[in-house]
Amino acid sequence: MSAIRIDKLRVAFGDQPVLDGITLNVERGEIVAVLGPSGCGKSTLLRAIAGLDAHPLGTIAVEGDVGYVFQEPRLFPWLSVEKNVRFAARTPQERARVDEVLELTGLQNARETLPKALSGGMAQRTALARALVRKPSVLLLDEPLAALDALRRMQLQEALAEIIAAVGATAILVTHDIEEALYLADRIVVLRGTPATIALQIAIPPHKCRNRDCNLTAERSTLFHALSGDELRQEESA
Amino acid sequence: MHRSLLAWLLPAAILAVWIVAGAAHWFAPDQLAPPSRVLAELGSLWQRGLLQQDILASAGRVLGGFAIALALAVAIGTLVGLNRTIERAIDPTLQAVRAVPSLAWVPLLLLWLGIGEAAKITLIAIGAFFPIYVNLVAGIHGVDRKLVEVARILGLHPVAVAMRVVLPAAFPSLLVGARIGLTQAWLFLVAAELLASTRGLGFLLTEGQQISRPDEILVAILLLAIAGKLCESGMLTIERRTTAWQDGLR
Repeated sequence: MSAIRIDKLRVAFGDQPVLDGITLNVERGEIVAVLGPSGCGKSTLLRAIAGLDAHPLGTIAVEGDVGYVFQEPRLFPWLSVEKNVRFAARTPQERARVDEVLELTGLQNARETLPKALSGGMAQRTALARALVRKPSVLLLDEPLAALDALRRMQLQEALAEIIAAVGATAILVTHDIEEALYLADRIVVLRGTPATIALQIAIPPHKCRNRDCNLTAERSTLFHALSGDELRQEESA
Repeated sequence: MHRSLLAWLLPAAILAVWIVAGAAHWFAPDQLAPPSRVLAELGSLWQRGLLQQDILASAGRVLGGFAIALALAVAIGTLVGLNRTIERAIDPTLQAVRAVPSLAWVPLLLLWLGIGEAAKITLIAIGAFFPIYVNLVAGIHGVDRKLVEVARILGLHPVAVAMRVVLPAAFPSLLVGARIGLTQAWLFLVAAELLASTRGLGFLLTEGQQISRPDEILVAILLLAIAGKLCESGMLTIERRTTAWQDGLR
């Protein structure tokens, strides 16, 4: 059963088509990483799924609530960490989950902290906690770790893997980091071209390499070639 | 300690020059009174209970006019800031009204409302309204679109987006406007009281001029300075307390 079904999606800004003919099904509990060069439309794809940009053509069907994490934390600066998370809670059950998600994201000691006093990693954890409080069935992650330094990014990648597994959500992760995609995803989708289409899909072996020494050399080089455009040129000449 | 001392340096110098000017008879006694005369007059007015009445009358007018201005500016400014159609319908007119020099309203207000309290409070409200309105609208327009997007993704109703995101984000601008508006209120108070009144600090000014009593004029000026300064620091304290979340230089 698909949690996200996208069929022949086309998004244009004015006369400028950004995405064309995107068809993608994401199974329940599956983590799909979307890779592609900067500005190719990865974020546009997520925004279209979340219904943020008007007038996409084609079909988008999403099952259940959507949680969205942006590249920047986008916290409300006048609210403490806890109140930022509470902001997303609608029902008493969701309000009761605030403590749980604060612990899940390792923020239990920063409840009263204002965003201006948070490190980049803590701010992004808060944004993640806010997205999780409704127990969304779908998580849309738009380069959530891109603004962090290498060490924090690795730490948060590990935390993210655990958290997504713990809440059992379906996730689409937009990233430009091949290692991050290999580490977190069950499947990697590469967008390329103008307008962008799906150039390549790679399934990551089902045991999910949740360790960094995992040998995925073949996948790495395929992705590298797909991103740099070599593979397509080879196909064209063949 | 050093910083507060620094702020007192200039008033002390002015006071010294003032004392010297009085002692050396640089000015005629009906033009400038020495500090001792001003203090004596202040004590005398206080003992006769006149000063209290003037202060209360003026402060009441300022607060009344300011409260009306604040309520109207928050209501209208919120609507104009949030809704482009309302903005197009109302804002150009308000900007034209704002361009009218304040004192131009006085004859009309006297004609309509007489020389009573209503005319004075209306004039003060007009003066205090615009800084609050302009700052609030600018604050709302300047709210980070990205934060609004977060609320929209969470499926908040537009009214909830306004109440929970836009207005809290624009609150510091509202406070800046309110602080300037309160200063304006004192300015317009004096304009109103200079023209027509039997009580108030502005009345003290006109009376002092009419009976050639510079000490009385200076008492009024001194009290106006103190009142303005108290309002200003009161508003700054409120600003600091309520907008500590801002990540600015101070």
